[in-house]
Amino acid sequence: MGMTMTQVILAKHAGLERVEVGQLIQAKLDIVLGNDITTPVAIRAMEQAGLEQVWDADRIAIVLDHFVPNKDIKAAEQSKQCRQFAQKHGIRHFYDVGKMGIEHVLLPEQGVVTAGDCIIGADSHTCTYGALGAFATGIGSTDMAAGMATGEAWFKVPSAIRVELTGTLPETCSGKDVILTLIGILGVDGARYQSLEFTGEGIASLSMDDRFCICNMAIEAGAKNGIFPVDDVTLAYLKGRSEREPVVYTAEPDAVYERTVTLRLSEMQPTVSCPHLPENTKAASALSQIRIDQVVIGSCTNGRMEDMETAYHILKGKHIADGVRCIIIPATMQIYRECVERGYVTAFIDAGAVVSTPTCGPCLGGYMGILAAGERCVATTNRNFVGRMGHTDSAVYLASPATAAASALTGYITAPSRKGVYI
Amino acid sequence: MKTQGTAFCYPDHVDTDVIIPARYLNTSDAAELAKHCMEDIDTEFVKQIQPGDVIAAGWNFGCGSSREHAPLVIKTCGVGCVIAKSFARIFYRNAINIGLPILECPEAAEGISAGDHVEVDFETGIITNHTTGAGYQAQPFPPFIRNIITKGGLLASLKKDSDHE
Repeated sequence: MGMTMTQVILAKHAGLERVEVGQLIQAKLDIVLGNDITTPVAIRAMEQAGLEQVWDADRIAIVLDHFVPNKDIKAAEQSKQCRQFAQKHGIRHFYDVGKMGIEHVLLPEQGVVTAGDCIIGADSHTCTYGALGAFATGIGSTDMAAGMATGEAWFKVPSAIRVELTGTLPETCSGKDVILTLIGILGVDGARYQSLEFTGEGIASLSMDDRFCICNMAIEAGAKNGIFPVDDVTLAYLKGRSEREPVVYTAEPDAVYERTVTLRLSEMQPTVSCPHLPENTKAASALSQIRIDQVVIGSCTNGRMEDMETAYHILKGKHIADGVRCIIIPATMQIYRECVERGYVTAFIDAGAVVSTPTCGPCLGGYMGILAAGERCVATTNRNFVGRMGHTDSAVYLASPATAAASALTGYITAPSRKGVYI
Repeated sequence: MKTQGTAFCYPDHVDTDVIIPARYLNTSDAAELAKHCMEDIDTEFVKQIQPGDVIAAGWNFGCGSSREHAPLVIKTCGVGCVIAKSFARIFYRNAINIGLPILECPEAAEGISAGDHVEVDFETGIITNHTTGAGYQAQPFPPFIRNIITKGGLLASLKKDSDHE
């Protein structure tokens, strides 16, 4: 039985020739990640266990991104704990205000993660890095602590669902519509404990930003990880960026998958996940009667440069609808700066939007855009659970940056008519 | 190793955002966080829960965010065991790592109603509903997980391993 791409990477990191589905393995890690919410818990766990040393200060990444710039005194204390820990141990990839970004956009951008890696992160959206051809999965703070101390983690080898992509996306759609459609098909636990392995000729036409967005939400189908094969697009992205040499792994030709789901990219349409589960997908065009109060464009799912570019082309020279608050959050300082230099920020402000420095803030109901009872938001974020963005009686509709920007202009959920040109 | 108490029942796909809303995650103090356990799905939970009580839930319990605060607040509230039809994988891992007993058993999750008196034996995986008289056999923990639990969690097991070196 041939191994899937995920299994090949896990076998290599466990020092084994082969691995089987369900096998328990101890794997060597390339990067261990934490943020300002999960790292303090990991620091305490290390202290309680008497673990005083980190395994490799160059292979740990700590990113302050959820509640920074500090939203209140308690958040400031948590940031301070992370900062002191990073200083004490000489953590090289420590990202504080001024150089931070949303972790899953920042680490690929800065070349900290690369193809062939085995990565754990105390954040469920760590699966994003599968877009680079890495095995990356979310874990909790105790696993982070153990990973920081030993450089290893145990895994149960997952089976896989193959997602075959064919054709090319229409102009109105992006990676977000692909992953929302897939979650609608699989359900929020349809890939539980499994890998989502993307294959097919349709991949070649997907940009890295599309691929990051697709892998980012693998967890919303319950998956352990999502993964793309490494191709010219991946290698071009990594060139001059990756601080370690990328390693290209491929699935074996006779790899065994539990099932195959085929998605025809050319048949995608702007898709929205309705409250209160990401699997509640509908065509954006079928929701045009739903009035909205807020739009959020940003997050680890859709705060990348292409997302900003899409929002710019739709919002420039227009004005958002009366009664709608539009919050745009470039995901890293580099993207933020690029938005300033390209004139996007001016266009967003002229359109009536606000532009924030990078933060996860509103996505998880932290700050910077909390919803009141009865309010509805179209967001490019990744979860629409009860109370996720604020009051338990508020509602979040997940959508692409194009759908979110178009909706901001009308005040109702609105499908973008043509990518970049909203009429 | 056993627990027994009153059952609190919840539906499918209980996510970690309702178990402990992110608006409270500006602290990692377990006792402080536990005051808000299950707040967004059941405001009565923290008022009624007694040590040893049991949560019985549907499919995919603990989906969503990887926050370890979720199993931690459930444990801190005194819950003796979570029984579910299935668990989301990060929650499952986190619960083991911090020593919150959890059992996958669709039949038991289906057969237990809110308020039932339930007993769980972790060694054998036997779940008894004393209210209805029904018994259920859950899969007991596999050896490697039992090893982590008996050593007092993942890090405690690491500590003991390193003490031997």
